Amino acid sequence: MNIAIASGKGGTGKTTVAVNLAYFLATSGQSVQYLDCDVEEPNGHLFLKPKIESQTSATVMVPKIIEDKCTFCGECSAKCQYNALVSLPKIPPLVFPGLCHGCGLCIHVCPEDAIAEDKREIGRIEEGRGVQNIAFVHGILNVGEAMAVPLIRQVKARGGDTWVHIIDAPPGTACPLVASIGNADIVVMVTEPTPFGLHDLSIAVVVAEKLGISLGLVINRERDEFLPMEKYIREHRLEVLSRIPEDRRIAERYSRGDIIIEALPEYIPLFNDLAINLGKVFGKSVTGGKA
Amino acid sequence: MNDIKEVVVVSGKGGTGKTSVVGALASLLTNRVAADCDVDAANLHMILNPVVLEVKEFIGGKKATIDPSCCTSCGTCREVCRFEAISKDYVVDHRQCEGCGACYILCPAGAVDFPSSRAGSCYICKDKYSSPFVYAELLPGEENSGKLVAMVRNEARALAEKNGTPLVVIDGPPGIGCPVISSMTGTHVAVVVTEPTISGLHDLERIIDLAQFFKCKTGVIVNKSDVNPDYCKRIEEYCVTKGSSFLGAIPYEPKITEAQIQATTILDRAPDSQASEIIRIIHKKLLKILEEL
Repeated sequence: MNIAIASGKGGTGKTTVAVNLAYFLATSGQSVQYLDCDVEEPNGHLFLKPKIESQTSATVMVPKIIEDKCTFCGECSAKCQYNALVSLPKIPPLVFPGLCHGCGLCIHVCPEDAIAEDKREIGRIEEGRGVQNIAFVHGILNVGEAMAVPLIRQVKARGGDTWVHIIDAPPGTACPLVASIGNADIVVMVTEPTPFGLHDLSIAVVVAEKLGISLGLVINRERDEFLPMEKYIREHRLEVLSRIPEDRRIAERYSRGDIIIEALPEYIPLFNDLAINLGKVFGKSVTGGKA
Repeated sequence: MNDIKEVVVVSGKGGTGKTSVVGALASLLTNRVAADCDVDAANLHMILNPVVLEVKEFIGGKKATIDPSCCTSCGTCREVCRFEAISKDYVVDHRQCEGCGACYILCPAGAVDFPSSRAGSCYICKDKYSSPFVYAELLPGEENSGKLVAMVRNEARALAEKNGTPLVVIDGPPGIGCPVISSMTGTHVAVVVTEPTISGLHDLERIIDLAQFFKCKTGVIVNKSDVNPDYCKRIEEYCVTKGSSFLGAIPYEPKITEAQIQATTILDRAPDSQASEIIRIIHKKLLKILEEL
């Protein structure tokens, strides 16, 4: 089962919810695998503290021009949708690896068989075991690298069959979000009761609805009811899975890298309810009946 | 004109308070163009309350669609597609399709259509301070946010050139990937708004490396600084080792959220608060950095 944690707006508490839900499910007897798909700024490891057992390079394919076969016909650059190849008169085309999506079209269209491929590293994937024996995978995008989506897909490909997967998605509402939550069974949208939180939530909800994924909300740092958000929830008939109050102790514990339900056990019932409500939206218990 | 200076405000980690800080700085900077480059979760317009003067369409990448009445089920498209976007019954999954055009170009039956479509809008505005402001909205789940960021920046620079404005202030997206790179390339100063937490510091290190890779001068603001004074100090020390200017530490201030709810800046909502005082000092430090460029 794939449970994705997303938000639209950054900093609403995605990682807090993801690591604490993972921790809660693990302590209630589930096999949990945590897949950190926020490859630009992964943070899950700061809380789950995995012992990294394997590290692999994440690569994409890029064209390599075989210069003595190239006739400078310009077919490859004319067909490339990403401007990753630029043709010049009388010399082989220039390759811009940072723009290449690795689709391989240039290889197919080259009439001279003058294009081979090389691997290019875009980041790395680390795997290990964290607290409560949680299986842990994250991708770390190289600094200066633009393409997050191929790395997100490679992280998700590490998801094992026997696990409940907790997928920590990146902020935003564009293609990295789609790649992260794409095959989720349910997406938990973590939001905060502010105008910015509501605005970005409403876009992320459209993405989940377009993808046909059922969703539930967690409202984080709640002080007073934020009426526009309550109105939005009613009008769109969204399920609120949990409301986490504004509590300075949570902020302080988070700042140090602590798991909230370990440091502040009075929050265990809240995550228990969150797991039960998730099961209701999903139509099947997520705690394996042991909670 | 080459003497337009661009300042981008980024964070690495999301939700550190970038937009609240940019809104406040934009109200203090009198002769500037503001640009919101967080195109898939744009919020700055909710503080700057702009009047939209012109809307420009953003045309995104193309997506393939197979016409079943022409398809001969030969399997070529499925063989050449590296994104596993085409199902056994020859339907393109637009979630997976990266718009490379391989199926379109290589289909022997000509059964693949490959149209481009509107993927967002770009708004040229005048904000409530009567200054130029540009923002954009990417349609939910779309690709090519980096291209839309480039469009916003081009429009903002064009306004600055037209009006003889010396400064463009950019509200950037979180992360370090495609839209951040697009927001940051060619800017002069990158201001990082972070928070005194283990993740704030972790993400700060990556965004500072990115900014220095692009040869931007860097400055750092710690927001909600009193949540963990120890981490705040560590961030200040980190700035020294990286040659980054520490611009200020803003304590947690609930009135910043109240200001957001009232669609205004903390400077307008609570001008006498400590947060406002520190933002005014940050503004002066930023002007000095710009003068010294």
